[in-house]
Amino acid sequence: MEFNNPAENNVFDRAKVIGQPLRRIDGPLKVSGTAPYAYERHDAVPGQAYGYPVGSAIAKGRITNIDTSAAEAAPGVLGIVTTLEHDPIENLWDYDPVRHFGGDEILHYHQAVAVVVAETFEQARAAANLLDITYERDESANFDLSKTPQASGDSDADPVQNVGDFESAFASAAVKLDQTYTTPAESHSMMEPHATIAAWDGDKVTLWTSNQMIEWGRQSIAKAFDIAPDNVRLDSPYLGGGFGAKLFVRSDAVMAGLAARKVGRPVKVTLPRPMVFNNTTHRGETIQHIRIGADENGKITAIGHHNATNALTAVGGENATLPIVAFYAGANRHIVNAPAKMHLPNSNAMRAPGETAGLMAFEIAMDEMAEKLGMDPVEFRIANDTQVDPGNPDVPFSDRHFVECLERGAETFGWSNRNTAPGATRDGAWMIGHGVAGAYRPAPVQKSGARVVLEPDGTLRVESDMTDIGTGSYTVMAQTAAEVMGLTIDDVSIDLGDSNYPVSAGSGGQWGAASATAGVYAACVALREQIAERLAVAEGDLTFEDGAVRHGDTSTPLSQIGKGEEIAAEDSIEFGDFRSKEALVSTFGAHFVEVAVHAHTGEIRIRRMLAVCDSGRILNPLTARSQVIGAMTMGVGGAIMEEMAVDHRHGFFVNHDLAGYEVPVHLDIPSQEVIFLETTDPYSTPLKAKGVGELGLCGVAAAIANGVYNATGVRVRDYPVTLDKIIGQLPAV
Amino acid sequence: MRAFSYERASSPQAAAQAAMARDNAKFIAGGTNLLDLMKLEIETPTHLVDVNGLGLDTIEETDAGGLRIGALVSNTALAADERVRRDYGVLTRAIVAGASGQLRNKATTGGNLLQRTRCPYFYDTNMPCNKRAPGTGCSAIEGFSRSLAAIGGSDFCIATYPGDMAVAMRVLDAEIETVDPDGETRTIPIADFHKLPGETPEVENELRPGELITAVTLPASVGGRHFYHKVRDRSSYAFALVSVAAIVNEDGTGRVALGGIAPKPWRDETAEAEMPNGASAVMRRLLADAKPTEENQFKVPLAERTLAAVLSEAKG
Ligand SMILES: Cc1cc2nc3c(=O)[nH]c(=O)nc-3n(C[C@H](O)[C@H](O)[C@H](O)COP(=O)(O)OP(=O)(O)OC[C@H]3O[C@@H](n4cnc5c(N)ncnc54)[C@H](O)[C@@H]3O)c2cc1C
Ligand code: SF4
Repeated sequence: MEFNNPAENNVFDRAKVIGQPLRRIDGPLKVSGTAPYAYERHDAVPGQAYGYPVGSAIAKGRITNIDTSAAEAAPGVLGIVTTLEHDPIENLWDYDPVRHFGGDEILHYHQAVAVVVAETFEQARAAANLLDITYERDESANFDLSKTPQASGDSDADPVQNVGDFESAFASAAVKLDQTYTTPAESHSMMEPHATIAAWDGDKVTLWTSNQMIEWGRQSIAKAFDIAPDNVRLDSPYLGGGFGAKLFVRSDAVMAGLAARKVGRPVKVTLPRPMVFNNTTHRGETIQHIRIGADENGKITAIGHHNATNALTAVGGENATLPIVAFYAGANRHIVNAPAKMHLPNSNAMRAPGETAGLMAFEIAMDEMAEKLGMDPVEFRIANDTQVDPGNPDVPFSDRHFVECLERGAETFGWSNRNTAPGATRDGAWMIGHGVAGAYRPAPVQKSGARVVLEPDGTLRVESDMTDIGTGSYTVMAQTAAEVMGLTIDDVSIDLGDSNYPVSAGSGGQWGAASATAGVYAACVALREQIAERLAVAEGDLTFEDGAVRHGDTSTPLSQIGKGEEIAAEDSIEFGDFRSKEALVSTFGAHFVEVAVHAHTGEIRIRRMLAVCDSGRILNPLTARSQVIGAMTMGVGGAIMEEMAVDHRHGFFVNHDLAGYEVPVHLDIPSQEVIFLETTDPYSTPLKAKGVGELGLCGVAAAIANGVYNATGVRVRDYPVTLDKIIGQLPAV
Repeated sequence: MRAFSYERASSPQAAAQAAMARDNAKFIAGGTNLLDLMKLEIETPTHLVDVNGLGLDTIEETDAGGLRIGALVSNTALAADERVRRDYGVLTRAIVAGASGQLRNKATTGGNLLQRTRCPYFYDTNMPCNKRAPGTGCSAIEGFSRSLAAIGGSDFCIATYPGDMAVAMRVLDAEIETVDPDGETRTIPIADFHKLPGETPEVENELRPGELITAVTLPASVGGRHFYHKVRDRSSYAFALVSVAAIVNEDGTGRVALGGIAPKPWRDETAEAEMPNGASAVMRRLLADAKPTEENQFKVPLAERTLAAVLSEAKG
């Protein structure tokens, strides 16, 4: 099915199942501990052995020797694969051009250099520590973003947007801001680390793994092992989170495959937590130079943004300019993204990549501008709303209600009651502040397919390689199928995450739910057409309702259509380019927070949070809300605690475990409220839906930073906003 | 983790003997610290002597009117004990500010005293660290030191003692009772128990080979209002950036010890004589010798401000 025109009124507008707050289908499995995650799939294949990976002890240089003799002699050891035995296995996917294994060259700390296979996990781990690896260190490496030319704005990168004449507009602006902001590297820190079981059967390999994008993974594995993609099967029905860390196959999958081939047994490998930080990807650090000019009335006339970020490869870095090009009006714009080649592990997508760091900085800048203008920060944002692409005013936003997000939020939150004077509100020992920030994130989609099978008993089975990374894919896809086929959700069973099923959009870029449900729709329409054919009526004349198909006065239960046989249909949704040519399809939001800062100690605690989201049809308010409150929680982490500390001498992230890298705990998260505007966006998908999972994170941290400013009068421009950065400026005690 | 053998001791002295009898043996109590360190091969004992089940898990009243806390009393049981909550509130508050409920169920009084630093370089066996591998150098002094000691460190090591319970025990003048392989017992004041790193950061306490902690005793209650203010970036489940254990009397006198800022619970009786004169008077003395790094210099004003918070709450 091609999606070449905006959606019209269709089956989803009746919204009997879609849009209903149904509980997650996989919920009972998750809470009872019976959803099988990759490492625990003991039943998948007999004879599993354990592989324990070893990461490089240096950040840059070469390995001159690996002595495996002691490890080989250790109890239970079945085999050892070292990087020296293989040519580099690298560049498996265009968006992830890194080296996973092989060769003597070390490109970053904890690069995988060996995997030791044994009968038990403990034996493998003990033997892994017996490897004697000789390194030759290359001292020429650079690990300090602030020391790169890009950090001082000195780069040859072409602007991503250059409209009007920024320099003169900024020079002549009545009110100006010129500031630099920094955001640290962040780790996805999903609960389930990367894990894979690999088993070979001749030249066919099966990987039970934890992966967000099954088809990308299948192609990548084929390349890694130099076999045909059809000889690769990936299965990933449940993931313990991903946040972008599992968009691409990682070294666990490569090592499991190599090790299984070498020892002739299925092998399972998980990355120990420290390797999640330094072996895989992360959100890159940024140094952002922001300049904003406005006239006396608060209309922005000039936006300058220069983003420096760390990247090991050509595809890397946190591109903080992404939201800046389109969020606010402003006729003169000069926006540059400047990745700096550094020898830290490669940075790549983490939830709302680009928007997160970009808005962490820019939405503080907006707060500062509002203050300079003497305007309320909500009013200032409203004054600079745009209904068209500021870089190309001929292209309108398909459906943009940012102003309504701000207004609804301000009203619900009680924004007008806040004390606008910084540092002036106390509750006992705590200084109270309120902050606001805008949220912006495009709503991309990807081609997505599914297979649907009408069973002889009238129930429906849905199959797709789509993944559910904790997001609710199972549930919203089942709801879609139920809606289109006139069934209840209990009539629908659904299997996901297996590369034997049709290729879907996968989970990433907040395109998953919108694309995959559209793919299910396409498959269901194909099924409806087959049913119409059997009934010898036009598909358009049929109504699917209450488990039956109606045509005029005749109603046939779905269980009778196949006459004892199943009827299968498969199709994909393909999105035409009208979607990007005729309009900008994006999601919008506003975050409001109340923070408390201890007047003595500077401890920062969040008291309440509100998000208002404009993201098209909400497929399921429960799963959507869970996405947003989870994202808000991640935003709290980014605002006040999360930072991968870089050791600039050794070149690695030092706090590489969940004791050192703090993420919020329950006690950090206060009451969270989420409002979804009742919008539908016909340019987006046949369901008129867009993503929310990344939108929910955009801007949260800045709202908190702005709240800390309002509470204390201390402006922190370097994340995370921690007490050491404010304590010197708190009132004397 | 390396392979190890395991035995259960039958009495405290037998445990001490068992630990002495083999090279490289260690006691295991709750295992919440030791096992983590063994998995990372930061600790590599070849023999473990399990000291659970030696009857060291009771809290008894002493003739002096205080309490004797068995070394195997869990953190949860100690914090919840009615007498502790009534007479030694600072101890309950300190314990429940640490770790998580599950960990406190397993963690023991003796093991808690001996928990090792949380310096991140100590945890990465690829990195130089004088405490883990004497003579290799200290990665933290010119590295990521935000959480480390601002006072009491040396050119060899600036690790902090990370625990909370011992900070409260320090203001309470607790004493540590031990037994050695010969059955000799001795009592070590908590002030002398933890050692500063000097040139030997791998030596962290006063215990001799094979010596087993049997109990911690608390003197009779000293009254006053008890406080434990633990400062950290997140609200729970994190080690202290700085913590203040304090007992404040009606007349403004009192006691104070700091956690999270030094290689041991940090207290100085002459400094705390300044308590009636306020937090900065106390800290001027208590932290007079502070030698923070650029990254952790905030701990010095933070300690003062945290004590000020406690004193203002005490007046409150
Ligand atoms: C995730 C996490 C968070 C934590 N957070 C905090 C926190 O916020 N605050 C805090 O204070 N602590 C915290 N802890 C540390 C925790 O309190 C300690 O791990 C625990 O108290 C250790 O007690 P244990 O009985 O498990 O000791 P074990 O691990 O069994 O032993 C520790 C050491 O003590 C020795 N030992 C044990 N008993 C004796 C004895 N009777 N005599 C002589 N030697 C003995 C062992 O040989 C070993 O060297 C945390 C721990 C973890 C894992
Ligand atoms: S501070 Fe101590 S524990 Fe940390 S690296 Fe230095 S020597 Fe090791």
